[in-house]
Amino acid sequence: MSEDKGNRRDFLYVATAGTGAVIGGAAVWPMINQMNPSADVQALSSIEVDVSDVEPGTQITVKWLGKPVFIRRRTSEEIKAARDVALEDLPDVDARNANASPVIGETETYAKDSNRSLDETGEWLVMMGVCTHLGCVPLGDAGDFGGWFCPCHGSHYDTAGRIRKGPAPENLPVPVAAFVDANTIKLG
Amino acid sequence: MAGIPHDHYKPKTGMQKWFHERLPIASLVYDTLTFPTPKNLNWMWIWGIVLTFCLALQIITGIILVMHYTPHVDLAFDSVEHIMRDVNGGWAFRYLHANGASLFFIAVYAHIFRGLFYGSYKAPREITWILGMLIYLMMMATGFLGYVLPWGQMSFWGATVITGLFGAIPGVGSILQEWLLGGPAVDNATLNRFFSLHYLLPFVIVGLVALHIWAFHTTGNNNPTGVEVRRKSKAEAQKDTVPFWPYYVMKDLFALVMIMIVFMAIVGFMPNYLGHPDNYIPANPLATPAHIVPEWYYLPFYAILRAITFDVLFLDAKFLGVLAMFGSIAVMALAPWTDTSPVRSGRYRPTFKIAFWILGFDFMLLMWCGAQPAEGLVPLVSLIGAIYWFAYFLIILPVLGWTEKTLPVPETIEADFDAHYPPKSSTVK
Repeated sequence: MSEDKGNRRDFLYVATAGTGAVIGGAAVWPMINQMNPSADVQALSSIEVDVSDVEPGTQITVKWLGKPVFIRRRTSEEIKAARDVALEDLPDVDARNANASPVIGETETYAKDSNRSLDETGEWLVMMGVCTHLGCVPLGDAGDFGGWFCPCHGSHYDTAGRIRKGPAPENLPVPVAAFVDANTIKLG
Repeated sequence: MAGIPHDHYKPKTGMQKWFHERLPIASLVYDTLTFPTPKNLNWMWIWGIVLTFCLALQIITGIILVMHYTPHVDLAFDSVEHIMRDVNGGWAFRYLHANGASLFFIAVYAHIFRGLFYGSYKAPREITWILGMLIYLMMMATGFLGYVLPWGQMSFWGATVITGLFGAIPGVGSILQEWLLGGPAVDNATLNRFFSLHYLLPFVIVGLVALHIWAFHTTGNNNPTGVEVRRKSKAEAQKDTVPFWPYYVMKDLFALVMIMIVFMAIVGFMPNYLGHPDNYIPANPLATPAHIVPEWYYLPFYAILRAITFDVLFLDAKFLGVLAMFGSIAVMALAPWTDTSPVRSGRYRPTFKIAFWILGFDFMLLMWCGAQPAEGLVPLVSLIGAIYWFAYFLIILPVLGWTEKTLPVPETIEADFDAHYPPKSSTVK
């Protein structure tokens, strides 16, 4: 079967079909790519938030990448409640923190409260206000654990935004965030 | 007239038979693609495929542009700039769409003049011709509506002037114009309805194109001799024809590739050559640009509109201009009945040829006139051009049919073909 059966016509067929496939692909790709985020949308992927007016025990909600972000300044009671929780009581033990190392198995990514708060003292908690169940926005200062409660399907989050009860599978994710100065948090 | 005899689709496998008995779509596709097509078609028969390509191109790029465009007077202009600067590949889609309209009209004019020269409009192809004229009217409407959407100065004032044509109709004109605009002047209501209709009409064109193809597949294609394909038997028909697939599909695709090389060069290197710089100025209802010119493809008819500068009886020049403009297309649609010659193809009509080429020149002359400011000799030249246009369809075509001495027409397509390309058996001795 080593004999080459192809002739000139076969070659032309294959070359034509191959060229046609490449040109077709080159024409179709831009039609798909045009639906990806445009330059002006990508330019909004990073915003700075002034938090100087946020008092302890209150939170603000800002829109970032089209979604709500909760920025809460926690009271010492809230921090204590969050830090006293045993890891065995958490349905989701991953910190879900975009600022932490994503290596699985590292203690740094465990869902203990200090792995989720923005600063060392734990006063500032920044997380996406999107329920990990089906995407509703949870209510603040509500639920069985004094944190957040999602009215859509009854998911309860604690004062560190970790899922404790209900259908949601994961803790509220912490986005990339950092203090750029004492009063300003940069998201993204 | 009986159709051209040819092989029809036959389902082979059990699966094909099962499907065919329920929905014979494979049969429709097969019979359409393998349709027996005269084997002597020249390069002027490529435009149908080019036009089909243009329609698909405009619909696909149009659907993409709509994903990023906003039809509101405050946002439309900026959303077009957003397409040009921010959307991935947006500039390419917009330039393809804008220049695609020009390619569409180049192809449609070539297609129409091909039909006029070879007598494609004559019996039994009148319905094909009328459908073609309707498609052409729809194309003109769609092109105009689309040109308004970027909401630049030319968009706004073009919309004002063209809707003003309807305002020229005596009696109901002002009511009609207000109804078209949705208010006393071109404004947000106008932009919204133009956007809606600009999206709708291409699909009406798709439907008309399907009817157009159905009609000429019923009568068979015309060809450069104007002689009908013999259809007494399949063997006889096969001597005059080849199947559309693969013979003409490959030929037409080759032509399309050649045209695409030029088209893509224009889209890539000189995308604004056919546009007007004034349309990059946002619409301003308080200031008209110094010189309003329609897109090049409307210019011949725009020149006819402006050619009428005098009142006749109780009709004023404004209304007469509108009548002349629409009438110039209407007389073209009447060609199947005003052309009285028994010989179909212009190839065998020496005097007709002269009149035809003068019409072609007349068309270009009117196009030039339409682009000039209406001053000096331009109105007079436009008037002469308009008179010839009407005379060609209403006087020359009927009279030539009775007076012209035509050349002998070949017996069959095969005979004509063999005269150009002698069969090998007779050349190899």
